[in-house]
Amino acid sequence: MAEWKAAKPQNKALAWFEERLPIISLVNNVVGKDTPTPRNLNYWWNFGSLAGLMLVLQIVTGIVLVMHYTPNTAMAFDSIEHFVRDVNYGYIIRTMHANGASFFFIAVYIHIFRGLYYGSYKAPREVLWMLGLVILLLMMATAFMGYVLPWGQMSFWGATVITSLFSAIPVVGKSIVTLLWGGFSVDNPTLNRFFSLHYLLPFVITGVVILHIWAKKVSDSGNPLGIDVKSGADQIPFHPYYTVKDGFGVAVFLAIFMTFVFFMPDAFGAADNFIPANPMSTPDSIVPEWYFLPFYAILRSITFNIGIPFTDIVLIPAKLLGVIAMFASILLLFFLPWLDSCKVRSAKFRPVYSKMFWFLVVDVFVLGYVGSQHPEGIVPMLGLIGTAYYFFHFLVLMPYLARKEKTLPLPESIANPVIKAAE
Amino acid sequence: MKFVKTIAIALTAVVGMSGTALAAEGPEHPMQMEWSFEGPFGQFDLPSVQRGWQVFREVCANCHSLKYFHFRNLSAIGYEPDMIKAFAAEYTVPGGVDDSGDPVTRPGRPADAIPAPFANEQAARAANGGALPPDLSLIVKAREDGPNYVYSILNGYGETPAGVSIPDGKHFNKYFKGDAISMPQPLSDGMVDYQDGTPNTQEQLSKDVVNFLSFVADPHLPARHRIGLGVVGFLVIWAFVLYRSMKKLWKPVKEGKNFYEDA
Repeated sequence: MAEWKAAKPQNKALAWFEERLPIISLVNNVVGKDTPTPRNLNYWWNFGSLAGLMLVLQIVTGIVLVMHYTPNTAMAFDSIEHFVRDVNYGYIIRTMHANGASFFFIAVYIHIFRGLYYGSYKAPREVLWMLGLVILLLMMATAFMGYVLPWGQMSFWGATVITSLFSAIPVVGKSIVTLLWGGFSVDNPTLNRFFSLHYLLPFVITGVVILHIWAKKVSDSGNPLGIDVKSGADQIPFHPYYTVKDGFGVAVFLAIFMTFVFFMPDAFGAADNFIPANPMSTPDSIVPEWYFLPFYAILRSITFNIGIPFTDIVLIPAKLLGVIAMFASILLLFFLPWLDSCKVRSAKFRPVYSKMFWFLVVDVFVLGYVGSQHPEGIVPMLGLIGTAYYFFHFLVLMPYLARKEKTLPLPESIANPVIKAAE
Repeated sequence: MKFVKTIAIALTAVVGMSGTALAAEGPEHPMQMEWSFEGPFGQFDLPSVQRGWQVFREVCANCHSLKYFHFRNLSAIGYEPDMIKAFAAEYTVPGGVDDSGDPVTRPGRPADAIPAPFANEQAARAANGGALPPDLSLIVKAREDGPNYVYSILNGYGETPAGVSIPDGKHFNKYFKGDAISMPQPLSDGMVDYQDGTPNTQEQLSKDVVNFLSFVADPHLPARHRIGLGVVGFLVIWAFVLYRSMKKLWKPVKEGKNFYEDA
């Protein structure tokens, strides 16, 4: 951790305040002029700040939405239509919030894949990585519950399908589902508790984001070469160099985001969610939001029981196995620092791992496609292969490559190759 | 490396095969029409939307409600306050209770939503052979490829082909799921008399009513497109300015300037 530099403001009032609560020092030392940062961070390092921006945007737009929203099954859908139609600029706030969820996930998924490529989960950043995964899990819960609030057809049936998954858990499953529903079906109590939690969790996320940034401060930023900072020559001050670079990223990202908000507001949404929830009529296909599709594919891919061979004894029924596989697909990421014991962090110097990384990306896209399709024809087989490959990548390939892969020689320092490695 | 190649080939093969997955049998894809409100510069064709309002009032409104649409919203498609008042006054709506507590009615006002043709779902079903005519406020958004879908449904009636059996009380429509729709053919040539001399063919009536329903589903579209151009335009310029600033600021870094003598 870089040493802490206390700010000494010239202004007497500021100095007085700073002595009592060193908030200027805090900013300076975390994202300021006194934050030495590797000089070679590329554009993939922009997505952390972009995710942070989307969190703020979601909270601000969400709070405005709550001013007009009514969490009641009879009025929720109408209250949103009222907000969109009759409240000044409500249609912009609403579409920003709905599309903001998608862009939040885009930023976070790119941020995570960047971590996978450059080995950001490796020592000394294990806790930083795990806090990030906690944020991802909280985001998924928040997004799922948020999607229920408009009380459209997909809201209702998505909530029904996903909450029912918990019934697969032995012994306590049924009780958990009753607790989630607040009754014996998805109904008004469900909507109310989801609303309550959907408002709470973003602030929990904010708390974990603060820990995430703190952990980044302690272990310092990683960098594309994956080597440690060796001297002052390897670093530049965060401000103004990375503030302007992050600012440029923000402008580009927002330009794309606003293109969706203003010109394709329903591109990420399902048409069925413009139909008010109707417990008596099931939509043709219940498809989750795109950011859940790979996990949904893993869930649906498991269609076989695990039992004792040559008997009818079922140890793990297919439904439970699917649920386990889905949760395991994220939970196993917590163990990456130990699954991948290779000392070389960056995939730049790992000729085989860098290729396997891209296969994983393709695999996740294939799973996403599978999750969006009816499970018929080739789709279930594709899902099973994709699921198997996903676990194969993390549980077999990573530990194997960590031991066997012949890594390339590492550069001497960040400052040294920074000029010639301008590729 | 052989290992990598094997996996690559396997993955490519699997992905390739997925393309040959059989598509499920379904209704015909909607006809693809051109709509003035599509695209980033798209705006509503107001005369057509106004004619669509007439078609809705004279035909659709006999069975379908439009609960999120208020008479006052008609000002956005070019109607004057007097005309809107006149439209609203044609309807009688519940007016609360009088001093002795008895329910009363009053003429509609611009602030009222379009009154529904039936008092409740049961009344609507009873009058329509058991089927419930959906509210049309969001119909264009609530269907995939909405404008084309609604247009196609309105023009998708015809003789029942041989081999297709349509249950009693249903009608053949090749664009509807299952080919059998409860709604009888709603529009046909000459059904509505236009004041502006536009030919009142079935296609024209359908086109106008789809324009109207698209406006009802997304009444802020014109403002959204206008503001959006400003917002995205600003962000692109801002990105350009920040890019140039970044390049200028970063010049010493790129030239290898050392900021910390001693780490």
